[in-house]
Amino acid sequence: MIQRFAHHRFGVAGAAVLVLLFAFCFAGPLVDPTNQLQANVAITNMAPSAAHPLGTDANGYDVLGRLMVGGRASLEIGLAVAVLATLFGALWGALAGFSGGAIDALLMRIVDTLLALPAIFVLIYLATVAQPTIWLLIGVISLLSWLGPARLIRGETLSLRSRPYIDAARAMGAPRRWTIVRHLLPNALGTVTVNATFQVADAIVLLATLSFLGFGLAPPAATWGGMLYQGTAYLLDGYWWEVYPAGVMIMVTVIAFNLVGEALRDTLNARTR
Amino acid sequence: MSGFLLRRTGQAAGVLLGVTLVVFILERLTPGSLAHAILGPRADHQAVRAFDAANGLDHPLPVQYLDYLWHLLHGDLGYSYRLNQSVGSLIASQAPNDLILVGLGFALALAIALPLGIAQAVRRNRAGDQLVTAATLALYSMPSYWLALLLIAALSTGAHLLPPEAGPPGPAGILSDPRGLVLPVLTLTLVNVAWFSRYMRSAAIETLAEDYIRLARAKGLPERLVLSRHVLRNSLLAVVTLLGMSVPMLLTSGLVVEYVFNIPGVGLSYYVAAANADYPVELGITLLVGVATVTGSLLADVAYALLDPRVGTPGAGSPKQP
Repeated sequence: MIQRFAHHRFGVAGAAVLVLLFAFCFAGPLVDPTNQLQANVAITNMAPSAAHPLGTDANGYDVLGRLMVGGRASLEIGLAVAVLATLFGALWGALAGFSGGAIDALLMRIVDTLLALPAIFVLIYLATVAQPTIWLLIGVISLLSWLGPARLIRGETLSLRSRPYIDAARAMGAPRRWTIVRHLLPNALGTVTVNATFQVADAIVLLATLSFLGFGLAPPAATWGGMLYQGTAYLLDGYWWEVYPAGVMIMVTVIAFNLVGEALRDTLNARTR
Repeated sequence: MSGFLLRRTGQAAGVLLGVTLVVFILERLTPGSLAHAILGPRADHQAVRAFDAANGLDHPLPVQYLDYLWHLLHGDLGYSYRLNQSVGSLIASQAPNDLILVGLGFALALAIALPLGIAQAVRRNRAGDQLVTAATLALYSMPSYWLALLLIAALSTGAHLLPPEAGPPGPAGILSDPRGLVLPVLTLTLVNVAWFSRYMRSAAIETLAEDYIRLARAKGLPERLVLSRHVLRNSLLAVVTLLGMSVPMLLTSGLVVEYVFNIPGVGLSYYVAAANADYPVELGITLLVGVATVTGSLLADVAYALLDPRVGTPGAGSPKQP
């Protein structure tokens, strides 16, 4: 399986980029510690120099260091959302697909209902009701992200549940919960994994959009979207280092997760999206 | 067939009811009481009680929900105390701008993406296809505001070809400044092309593998006709589903583009309302967006059923919903 993945040049490149990204965001601040908490008005909007390779922003924060710290929030939230939303969505979808009938209809209409409300509108609304924290964002983005996996796994379950080994398990008197957890979910694992990879990318974009519109984590917490939000105010002043690095980071991260997801999809031969 | 339509419409009605319930619950999450928000934090107990009684806020929650539905049925989407305007009239005054902006971006994207997807499918896995696939993947992974910023930097602040934001709307609405519309529409078009062409490519690849394509070629039909008569038409079926599913994405990118280019539309109103904690406007627009999404997917499914006689007949199952 690893060999098959290795054949995907783009997938391997994406995985390599992800390794570098994690090293940059989590190990980077240890190598190049910068003060990202106290603003320093003496060094605002400085062009790149030896001391500040990517310059400083309007609050005097070192941009390179801020990219590292901001990336942490993006990656942490993206991964946490992917795990939570996938777990919950998979269970929900498996239950619906396996139960069938009225339960299935009810569970899936709930999914349809939540799916009808575009996530960004609900997120912005909730951000105006309560000040977002990292945990709140993980919770809310997960609440809006489990719907895709739920639909996907329900479809997968419908096709899996008529397989002979499920019949065999049922014939031996296995309870429904056991059949779902031990037989259905492991067999849908490929689909789940691939989808989770795409979900990290989606969650990162959603978070960045929210931050870009000014409804993300409150300062001094850093996010890439928030840096872009602040930097665009200086777009016309030519402070390119406050705009482009953050945007490039978002784009590279999302492309990398999408590439890995697509390579995994071919490798695991999973149906998704 | 009529059974399918009936079932599908009933389903949509149920989902719509669910959407109103979710929006009602969201409304109850607003901090503080509505009475204090409107009468001021120092309003005395009696005034608050009178306000609650006048607005039905002293009823139990289920009754309040029914009240809310009753108002909705009469076209009352709520009232913005901040703008001193009903949410319905606010949306009605701005929705045409959204229709123009999002509609243009959508139509242009379809005009580009459909032929592009088919061309890619025909030349599958050759250099040209891989190049376009890479480009669309990059566009697809790009948040719309980032693309908008790049376009502004390149064409506006860089080459000075176009204004970085739309001018104030004149007598002809946002159409009075066509130059200012170029960048927003271009952004929306590119975002949609990335999405649509990826979809169209895989739909066309599936169609090209069908037996009737081989038959058409075997009987000597010119390739041009094979593509336009058979591949395009059959791949369009998949696109119909895509149209219905794309409503939330269109409205989301519309919101972002209106924000970046300062175009007065429902999206920008939503943003302004959020920045000012103007909850009735936010919730009214959210509800409307939900209704648009449900209607979009219902229309898509109905159109699909009308176009494809296999749908709704016994043993065919419902249309694919990826």
